Amino acid sequence: MAASPASPGAHAGGNATAAPTPLFTYVLALADDALVLGHRLSEWSGKAPMLEEDIALSNLALDLIGQARLYYTYAGEIEGRASGEDALAYLRDERLYGNVLLVEQPNGDFALTLMRQLLYAAFMHPYLQALQRSSDTRLAEIAAKAVKEMAYHLRHASEWVIRLGDGTEESRARAVAALDELWTYTGELFEMDAGERDLVRKGIAVDRETIRPIWQATLDRVLRQATLARPADRWMQTGGRKGRHSEHLGHLLAEMQVLHRAHPGATW
Amino acid sequence: MGTARQAAGVPSPLVGEGQGGGEPRRAGSPPTLNPSPQGGGESDLERAHSAAAAVVDPEIPVLTLADLGVLRGVERRGDAIIVKLTPTYTGCPATLAIQLAVEAALAEAGLTAARVDIVLAPAWSTDDITEDGRRKLRDYGIAPPARGAAARSLFAEETVACPKCGSTDTSRISEFGSTACKALWRCEACAEPFDYFKCL
Repeated sequence: MAASPASPGAHAGGNATAAPTPLFTYVLALADDALVLGHRLSEWSGKAPMLEEDIALSNLALDLIGQARLYYTYAGEIEGRASGEDALAYLRDERLYGNVLLVEQPNGDFALTLMRQLLYAAFMHPYLQALQRSSDTRLAEIAAKAVKEMAYHLRHASEWVIRLGDGTEESRARAVAALDELWTYTGELFEMDAGERDLVRKGIAVDRETIRPIWQATLDRVLRQATLARPADRWMQTGGRKGRHSEHLGHLLAEMQVLHRAHPGATW
Repeated sequence: MGTARQAAGVPSPLVGEGQGGGEPRRAGSPPTLNPSPQGGGESDLERAHSAAAAVVDPEIPVLTLADLGVLRGVERRGDAIIVKLTPTYTGCPATLAIQLAVEAALAEAGLTAARVDIVLAPAWSTDDITEDGRRKLRDYGIAPPARGAAARSLFAEETVACPKCGSTDTSRISEFGSTACKALWRCEACAEPFDYFKCL
């Protein structure tokens, strides 16, 4: 292993020989966001507050993991490795993961999970809509598929946040606490490094700043109905894109990767 | 099965009479768009198309892949025959099962040089389900998806008819159901719960 942790874009397995391309790093970050959130949601399987939501959260997880696979497969092709998908998901340590901190936050209670969903989906839905026009054909194709699923995610989260916020004293208190706790992680959704800005200039990536007003308008509409208010921007957490994560991601990866690492190459 | 139907607006490179059900071709069968260089009888491309089209969805076994609209063409590439499939939902576990079933069907048809390619574009939509497929879904107890899924607004209310009694006095229990493609609904008229094929 290298003495100093490489950037999230580095090749799996710690044997990076060349600097990763901005496209690889960008696609990998999209994949990591989807996979980590998908894994988090899968943790509700079998123990959600009601059967319908148990099924719903598992379905959301399935969508996100499916989307992550499309991105990982593409990232593997950019990198020139046939084994890309599995190696990228299962053989990178947390410092090599480039997901935003928002998606790795523990599920907390049902309100926190659904608020996290709202903050992510309200961003990703318009982002994927824009990404459908990417000059990168593959990304445009993936976005065209994923955006339709993300519409369901956004609607599902919106309905629940409204129900919880405009619900009982207890549910409202939990929704308020969830929004307060998660808001500091939303700044990262809009971060772009130099490589990503270059991809924006080439028409490959979407300028995240253009998504902000749409994201805010969606949140305002939903939160108003939920009798909640969008928090004022304040100091925002950062680091996920550069591989500096909260303590939670390592635990998540340990659980997700243990089988693959214990039995390398196992199939069933 | 009656005459096979294809959905309007879902062109297939090999649409012709008798597709989808593996029925024998009639005398004077229409010309194929991709005739086999070997010629003579049904071409390998047609046989590959028929074999793939007749494979049934593992989770909704009344629908063939032709009904579902996931078969995106059959073409010759060098010596190989490529059957192009598109996934429905990105995370649908049936995608792999469908791919394996198609490969098995191709092998059974003696098409050893045929293989399956997964294509993403154009993205599958529930509008790709054929009229025949929609009827089969209804008969099976699953309400078919509303038309014009792409034009549907994000927060619009849907009207869904109960597949059992036909009443539109129905309500949604959950937008997510037993598989990635289904939502849970309930009929207020006949009190039956039912699955609704989610629009995508």
